[in-house]
Amino acid sequence: MRLTPILMGAASALAFTVSANAAAITIATVNNGDMIRMQGLTSEFNAAHPDIEVNWVTLEENILRERVTTDIATGGGQYDILTIGNYEVPIWGKQGWLLPLEFSADYDVDDMLPAIRGGLTVDDKLYGAPFYGESAFLMYRTDLLEKAGLTMPDDPTWEFVGDAARKMTDRSAGINGICLRGKAGWGENMALVASMANSFGASWFDETWTPQFDQPEWKETLQFYADLMKDAGPQGASSNGFNENLTLFQQGKCGMWIDATSAGSFVSDPKQSTVADKVAFAIYPHKDGVDNHGNWLWSWNLAIPTSSKNADAAKTFIEWATDKAYTEMVAGKEGWVNVPPGTRTSLYENQNYLDAAPFAAKAKEAMDAADITKPSVKPVPYTGGQFVAIPEFQSIGTTVGQLVAAVIAGQSSVDDALAQAQSTTEREMRRAGYGR
Amino acid sequence: MARAVKTSTRVSYTIAAWVVALLIFFPILYTIITSLKTEGEAIAGFNLIPSFSLESYREVQNQQNYIKPFTNSVVLAVGSTVLGLLIGIPAAWAMAFSPTKRTKDVLMWMLSTKMMPAAAVLVPIYLIFLRLGIMDSRIGMTVLLMLINLPIIVWMLYTYFREIPGEILEAARMDGANLWGEIWHVLTPMAVPGIASTLLLNIILAWNESFWTIRLTTTNAAPLTAFIASFSSPQGLFWAKLSAASVMAIAPILIMGWFSQKQLVRGLTFGAVK
Amino acid sequence: MATRQTASIARLMRLPAIVVLFIWMIVPLAMTVYFSFRYYNLLNPAAGGWAGFENYQYFLTDPAFWQAIRNTLAIVLGVLAISVVGGIGVALLIDQPIFGQGLVRILVISPFFVMPPVAALVWKNMILHPGYGVAADIAKFFGLQPVDWFASYPLFSIILIVAWQWLPFAALILLTSLQSLDGEQKEAAEMDGASAFSRFRYLTLPHMSRAITIVILIETIFLLGVYAEILVTTNGGPGYASTNLPFLIYRAALLNQDVGGAAAGGVVAVIIANIVAIFLMRAVGKNLD
Repeated sequence: MRLTPILMGAASALAFTVSANAAAITIATVNNGDMIRMQGLTSEFNAAHPDIEVNWVTLEENILRERVTTDIATGGGQYDILTIGNYEVPIWGKQGWLLPLEFSADYDVDDMLPAIRGGLTVDDKLYGAPFYGESAFLMYRTDLLEKAGLTMPDDPTWEFVGDAARKMTDRSAGINGICLRGKAGWGENMALVASMANSFGASWFDETWTPQFDQPEWKETLQFYADLMKDAGPQGASSNGFNENLTLFQQGKCGMWIDATSAGSFVSDPKQSTVADKVAFAIYPHKDGVDNHGNWLWSWNLAIPTSSKNADAAKTFIEWATDKAYTEMVAGKEGWVNVPPGTRTSLYENQNYLDAAPFAAKAKEAMDAADITKPSVKPVPYTGGQFVAIPEFQSIGTTVGQLVAAVIAGQSSVDDALAQAQSTTEREMRRAGYGR
Repeated sequence: MARAVKTSTRVSYTIAAWVVALLIFFPILYTIITSLKTEGEAIAGFNLIPSFSLESYREVQNQQNYIKPFTNSVVLAVGSTVLGLLIGIPAAWAMAFSPTKRTKDVLMWMLSTKMMPAAAVLVPIYLIFLRLGIMDSRIGMTVLLMLINLPIIVWMLYTYFREIPGEILEAARMDGANLWGEIWHVLTPMAVPGIASTLLLNIILAWNESFWTIRLTTTNAAPLTAFIASFSSPQGLFWAKLSAASVMAIAPILIMGWFSQKQLVRGLTFGAVK
Repeated sequence: MATRQTASIARLMRLPAIVVLFIWMIVPLAMTVYFSFRYYNLLNPAAGGWAGFENYQYFLTDPAFWQAIRNTLAIVLGVLAISVVGGIGVALLIDQPIFGQGLVRILVISPFFVMPPVAALVWKNMILHPGYGVAADIAKFFGLQPVDWFASYPLFSIILIVAWQWLPFAALILLTSLQSLDGEQKEAAEMDGASAFSRFRYLTLPHMSRAITIVILIETIFLLGVYAEILVTTNGGPGYASTNLPFLIYRAALLNQDVGGAAAGGVVAVIIANIVAIFLMRAVGKNLD
């Protein structure tokens, strides 16, 4: 229990005058399980750093992004630490909105997974410290696949996935062959659809920044996705995001699910998942003949805005929350399976972790396979993977996401959606001054 | 009511009214019930009898301290309403008892200030708040909420005051009462029900304002609207937790509304009684 | 009957409200108009300068623009229709001599106290969710396929949620009006042998007309600005099926971070809202005197 706000205010004001080192930092974060756990461990941080008072602002992801963007762009200085994605870090770093991070030698920056670190680096400077990272992989039910008379190949193709999903589907028993994201949003359905498009050989823009939705690869991607959802997807797929699909999978209602690797610990935790002992994992599918596994790579990172008035204290916190000791502390308290994954090589060399997390090897394989410097097999002017690392993508991705969701909801055809996606993206790119 | 009503009619009306009332209330009722379930029960299908587990409330409280946003909600809602009344009562009074040709237009203009979409003025207001140094402060939020609701306050009071017969005023004047005496001794008692319901309605509106209260606060002044914004799409099973957080966000205002419902209604006439 | 002294005191009493509201209106409005003629995107600070009418042109040619106008009107009219008609019905019912009237009234008015995001979350997750909502449970009970409301009937679902919040307000005001109806008049009409319907049509309804006007006016002001329910439930989709004008502006301002474009949208919305207000005053304003 905290003190009353007034007392707290007085205490922090007092602390300011007494000690020059004392500081209060405000951390903006999203309401994901790992972040909430970090919040719960604040007392541990304070045990080591009693002079730094930590205030948390927890918000839903989209509102957090809005709030933080407005604040950082107007130099508001409301936050000292931001929780932002590897989508924002390079863009904001380039704008000069974030402080470059330099850590002491114990922190061992070189231990960071190269793919993740590369996504957070601009001009050789690191602008965000990864808190956890993920790629995407295929989760499937071994029992249902066996029942369908199939075995999972090492490197599944979309043709195989489509075939398997349709064979596993048994709607009278409440089993859907495959659950995929459908809820509109650049970080929701478009994370899946964009990585899927990558693995079908499509791209968002050509080298002159012309949108590519009129190309056959996009049509193939969307048609495949729409048909698959119709034949083997769950009811109401167009409003399902990560969380909804997770719930469905945990309850045994999905034969397969392609989503973030961080889902691995949730589906294989017997306390939450009714199918924990029947789950296996495979690498993200690709189209036969296309050497691309979607390039899905996401990390939630801690960064310091230049407007922060307590940058030193903020850095102290970031160092605490993202180094190896934090991982070990969480492992000690909550078990190895619950440590924030996907940021450090050493974690995947730790036998304790590999024993506790059956999904770890495949997750690492997925992360290693993701190359955000080369999202598509076609030549493109952008980096990214399941997103395009330009500021306009939030808006473009969400608009296209809406059009795709309308297809899944049965309210629009694939051709109409792609035609609209093409024209609206052209419009926004013109507005943003590309090719001006 | 003087007429005798047949008991059978009364019973059938009673049944109809209760069915409608429960239907309207059902979403809230079901949320309360779900908040007392475990997460497993919450998604196990329709069930009106929870296991009365308080686990979700505990988890919500562990994750987000409730006291601070609750206090902020109270301070902002009450503060902005009182401030609004201080400015609104004299204005409405003057408009009702010394109307000019333009009074109606002024009222319509006041209401029209509510028509600018909040999102369009976010950055201007954000910049102003930063410049004035009132970002994430209770003072700033109180003034802002007052301004948002002031048109409604003036308008409600105006329509209510207008129903007060002018003759009483004149009678008092003949007795030699001065203007302030007039206001204080004669009219204020008659105006109390109208002021009371304006107060209640505005506390409700201010409590529920959920654009600015989320965008202009971080920790110091964040009320319950910001509290609920941190639960709107969490990971894992969340139905019971979301219900508990929802109940915590609406319970105070709901209970206040229930207890003051008579006062709220009495003055909520908008001159409709004419 | 006002003397010069009271008139000047009255002016003094009006002044604070008018001044603060004027400042509150003019400063953001001036800034908004100014921004609406400039390139101003938070995500792209490098691009600044005068934009002429480009922001307006961009906003008005948005592929979602006309649908957003239609949806805005549909939400306003749909919610007004449900809340006024439903409100009259509920008010008439509660006005009857019933057992437990106080409690019934408390239950009926409750949704009005619920903050919009919570209302939307409750409807989205508890009631209309295709997997775990009560509506789905009911459908399953009858052996039907549950409906995915927000995907199949997005605009209707939103109107339903908003109407649920505003119906109690309408019912409450109309009830107050009903209770002021002269009992003797009612009895006289009854004695004359007027049917229940004609009593309602020629006595009750005209009596309530002023209250109905008030309800329409106040609700319209709030309904023109509905966005939270959309943000929480459908995010304006699928496609643009549930995007209204405030939400379109919300998207420009907070997703695109396009301050210039959002400002232009705000100016357009203010103009449209004022047209609606003038139209409304013409249509029902005479009831207010």
